[in-house]
Amino acid sequence: MIRLEQLCKHYRLGGETVQALDHVDLNISAGEYLSVMGPSGSGKSTLLNMLGLLDTPDSGSYWLNGTEITALSEDARAAERNRHVGFVFQAYHLIDRLNARENIELPLVLIGTPPAQRREKVNALLRRLGLERHAEHRPNQLSGGQRQRVAIARAVIRRPALLLADEPTGNLDSHSGQDVITLLEELNDEGITLVMVTHDARMGQRARRRLWMQDGTLLRDEQDARR
Amino acid sequence: MLGADLLRFNLRLLTGQWFRTLMILLATAVGVAAVLLLTGMGEGARRFVLDEFNLLGNDVLIILPGRKETTGGIPPLTGEGTRDLTLADAEAVLGLPGVQAVAPLIVGLAQVEAEGRNRELVVVGTSTELFRMRQLEAGQGQILPDTPLDRAEPVCVIGSKVKQALFEQQPALGQWLRTGDRRCRVIGVLDARGVSLGTDLSDAVLIPVASAQQLFNTQGLFRLFVQVRHIDLVDTLKPAILDLVQARHQGERDITLITQDSLLGVFDDILQLLTLAVGAIAAISLVVAGILIMNITLISVSQRTPEIGLLKALGASERQVHRIFLSEALMMTFIGAMLGVLLGYGLLLGGHWIWPQFPVSVPLWALLGAILLANSVALIFAWLPARKAARLPPVLALKGETDA
Ligand SMILES: Nc1ncnc2c1ncn2[C@@H]1O[C@H](COP(=O)(O)OP(=O)(O)O)[C@@H](O)[C@H]1O
Ligand SMILES: [Mg+2]
Repeated sequence: MIRLEQLCKHYRLGGETVQALDHVDLNISAGEYLSVMGPSGSGKSTLLNMLGLLDTPDSGSYWLNGTEITALSEDARAAERNRHVGFVFQAYHLIDRLNARENIELPLVLIGTPPAQRREKVNALLRRLGLERHAEHRPNQLSGGQRQRVAIARAVIRRPALLLADEPTGNLDSHSGQDVITLLEELNDEGITLVMVTHDARMGQRARRRLWMQDGTLLRDEQDARR
Repeated sequence: MLGADLLRFNLRLLTGQWFRTLMILLATAVGVAAVLLLTGMGEGARRFVLDEFNLLGNDVLIILPGRKETTGGIPPLTGEGTRDLTLADAEAVLGLPGVQAVAPLIVGLAQVEAEGRNRELVVVGTSTELFRMRQLEAGQGQILPDTPLDRAEPVCVIGSKVKQALFEQQPALGQWLRTGDRRCRVIGVLDARGVSLGTDLSDAVLIPVASAQQLFNTQGLFRLFVQVRHIDLVDTLKPAILDLVQARHQGERDITLITQDSLLGVFDDILQLLTLAVGAIAAISLVVAGILIMNITLISVSQRTPEIGLLKALGASERQVHRIFLSEALMMTFIGAMLGVLLGYGLLLGGHWIWPQFPVSVPLWALLGAILLANSVALIFAWLPARKAARLPPVLALKGETDA
């Protein structure tokens, strides 16, 4: 489903250039469960943003479902993001003035889905994530775990093929972090491709395939048949 | 994104940041209200003047003694003819086919005395026809009688203010007045109405034209009003009257012939220009509001940078982000403009309530123009900030960095 070839990305920080991604080759098939680990600044988030079409590489190529992404315009990439990619961020990135339901339906609102259809989809998801009682609550009325569940609901409301999570448990206590991981794994079991960046080695070990990064390169790519 | 969703999304934003919203609403509302108020007053002044002067029908021609050499501009309101326009001229004009009636006019100041009270008042010498042409009516008694123009009957009709000044609550009908060295009997009192062609007839004494000629010791008329039988005849009668008077004045074309329309047209043009000018001045306040809108939109963009990143991550295109920010500014100015319309009309109606003689009416062009201008200003001034938002790279925006 995903193929990266010799992907490079550098940033200029002050006078220095930082090679955030250094000739990365990577293949991911549909339905895989990957964790990405490595020290801070090793390029994990940059890799995730590349996969999610939020960032454009300096060189190299990226095929997503057979389309060469680097050739697409920003508008086309926005459409691809909406249709195929769901993001979960460490900081949730919920819109404070909108309630849980409105946050979740945002991807549908953007493509102009009529309210009746949106309602149905959001209700189903709210039920599934045990958030029915919080549909009308604003983010500041929710706990961290609930917020992240709302964010996950928003990420999967369009039934994307690819779910990208950048340290989804970074702001959570271990208990609600555990809940969130379980939820993401359930979604993966249903067929969604899950790529998760994590600091926590124990969490990372749960994935069937584990990537280690350092200084923008893929250090190790472990895969097992376990689980 | 559906229109309704966009509206709801923006509304959340506007109610969420009420101070910001309030500032834009206020700026726009004041701008729009200023345009309405000033043009409304300008238009009111125009209507006021036109109404005052519009008492003669369109089928009335006005003959002024004296020739105006150039065409266009304001006709000479004070005739400076070398040869008098006389009652005989009036009779001759009346003899022309197509002329329905003529009403001569002589105006002057005279010392008026009654019941031991003395006032200097405007004395108007005219005939019964003037009352018909100007729809003047007697509140008490009767109007000037229909006698030959050259008969100096010792009668007069007085304006309502004259009646009040000279007789107070006493009955005036049948009383004798002294105007200059002549006496006349009051046969009527005008009803309260009657300011026209710059003369307040309620403050005047009306006497037969021949009496006025004797009083002021002149043969020359100040004006001669000519009413034609049908409005279509105006154009053919104009040269006929000019030729007739020219023949009677030894070949000198020494009168000026105007219609009320041409007279009012000049005032109308001037006043309309004035309205336009004050409207334009008020419109500047809307442009100032535009600068405020630009700044506030810029602030909104930098405050909402992470949100822009998020929207892009969720698949919003540049065009959509642009539209979201533009529509936010447009919505605010539209609501502000509506408030401004209410405010403007409210103030105008309040003014009308305090001073009922003054007609209030906002010209349609000013109303639509103000609303349109407010929204165009918002569109223009919010365009750049909105584009800046649309062009933010999603990764940087998510991190909350505006500059890129
Ligand atoms: N927008 C940016 N501008 C400048 N440098 C950046 C930017 N994004 C990331 N970097 C740099 O690129 C490197 C990789 O960053 P990142 O992918 O966020 O690492 P990680 O997620 O593994 O901590 C870091 O050195 C970081 O400082
Ligand atoms: Mg990171």
